[in-house]
Amino acid sequence: MTGRPPALPAQRLQQNVEDQMTTPTLNQYVPAAGSRILSVGAARGNLVVTNDDIAGPINSSDEWIQKRTGIITRRRADADTSLLDLATEAAQEAVQKAGLTGADIDAVIVSTVTSPYATPSVAAALAHNLGATPAPAFDISAACAGYCYGVAQADALVRSGMARNVVVVGAEKLSDVIDETDRSISFILGDGAGAVVIAASEETGIAPSVWGSDGERWDTVSMTRSLLDLRDAAETARRTGDTSALTNPEDRLWPTLRQDGPSVFRWAVWSMAKVAQEALDKAGVAPGDLAAFLPHQANERIIDELAKQLKIPDTVTIGRDIKETGNTSAASVPLAMHRVLEEDPSLSGGLALQIGFGAGLVYGAQVVRLP
Amino acid sequence: MADKEAILAGLAEIVNEETGLETEEVQLEKSFTDDLDIDSISMMTIVVNAEEKFDVKIPDEEVKNLKTVNDAVEFIAAAQA
Repeated sequence: MTGRPPALPAQRLQQNVEDQMTTPTLNQYVPAAGSRILSVGAARGNLVVTNDDIAGPINSSDEWIQKRTGIITRRRADADTSLLDLATEAAQEAVQKAGLTGADIDAVIVSTVTSPYATPSVAAALAHNLGATPAPAFDISAACAGYCYGVAQADALVRSGMARNVVVVGAEKLSDVIDETDRSISFILGDGAGAVVIAASEETGIAPSVWGSDGERWDTVSMTRSLLDLRDAAETARRTGDTSALTNPEDRLWPTLRQDGPSVFRWAVWSMAKVAQEALDKAGVAPGDLAAFLPHQANERIIDELAKQLKIPDTVTIGRDIKETGNTSAASVPLAMHRVLEEDPSLSGGLALQIGFGAGLVYGAQVVRLP
Repeated sequence: MADKEAILAGLAEIVNEETGLETEEVQLEKSFTDDLDIDSISMMTIVVNAEEKFDVKIPDEEVKNLKTVNDAVEFIAAAQA
């Protein structure tokens, strides 16, 4: 017989209901009451690059650069130092300061936009370097907001009970994507990594995150081109011997970073002031309750204007790592945290408003208790 | 709605606040960049403050067309109309 099966007798239906009632319930992680940052680690490029060192190709001067950006030096890594080296140095310091070992780490998140490999991730190699294998490990691409994105994810992982100790690293070797003749962004960029360990705690040490994106403005901060152009030119050279596209002095095929500076400035100050205020509101604190304000170290004028818009009082320490390190994208907020704590250890235990914003456009902010 | 003289006066106050330049220095024919030495970032601060003061919208892509003080006064007057 084909077609519809016969209807089940009433007795069988009852049996089915009883089967369902005896189906085992699923276990789930036991949530933690809160999460907090246990420690912070830092690595900065080993080269100190002054404004005079880079002013020539952009027809500029130390005075012009300082006036427009607040940057006195930027730190860059030499050719022998990889992005992974920077990430490892920062993460090892954070794990050690937390009093943990790699075996205690059960998730590794790296935010970067400068890995020379599309895959595999920096995070998997970092987890291995830390001795954290087989901890889950993954990279996120959220540019200068990446560290705050990572903190948002680590906070959720820990509070859900899915992880106990998470390493979050912002790491960049931006010197790999600069054009020495570019006046829009290259001259402010540096190399470094900042890392935190986020762990379960009895009290809330990380307030609700405010994060988001605006992909309509995808090209406001972006690479000059896709890598496929470089592949096509290299393939042409390989197949035909015609290297003209590769050697064109007017058109560099290696993608470098660019931004529409004034437009970014406007967004970074007036739109991000609203995001930062929302993070304060969600945490239930006022600017005067903060020990530190740690904005992305994009440009000191953005930092100053943002602090002004938020009415950050003089009692609050403002992260200004940019003066010596430059703009290190995803690494900049934890590097700023590391510096303020090194310069004033009494800030430890106080509240900090941290906010990252950049290419995407994307942004993330949260109030945290300083380790 | 303000007349152009009032817009100029208001704009001069904003420029003074941002740069410290005397308000009398802010004259219609002056170039923001070449004469008043206002860089692109300060210009954005001036634009945002002008938006608030005159209740107009000045989009990012319009800002680069505002080369002289007169360009800004004309734009704001037209936007208010």
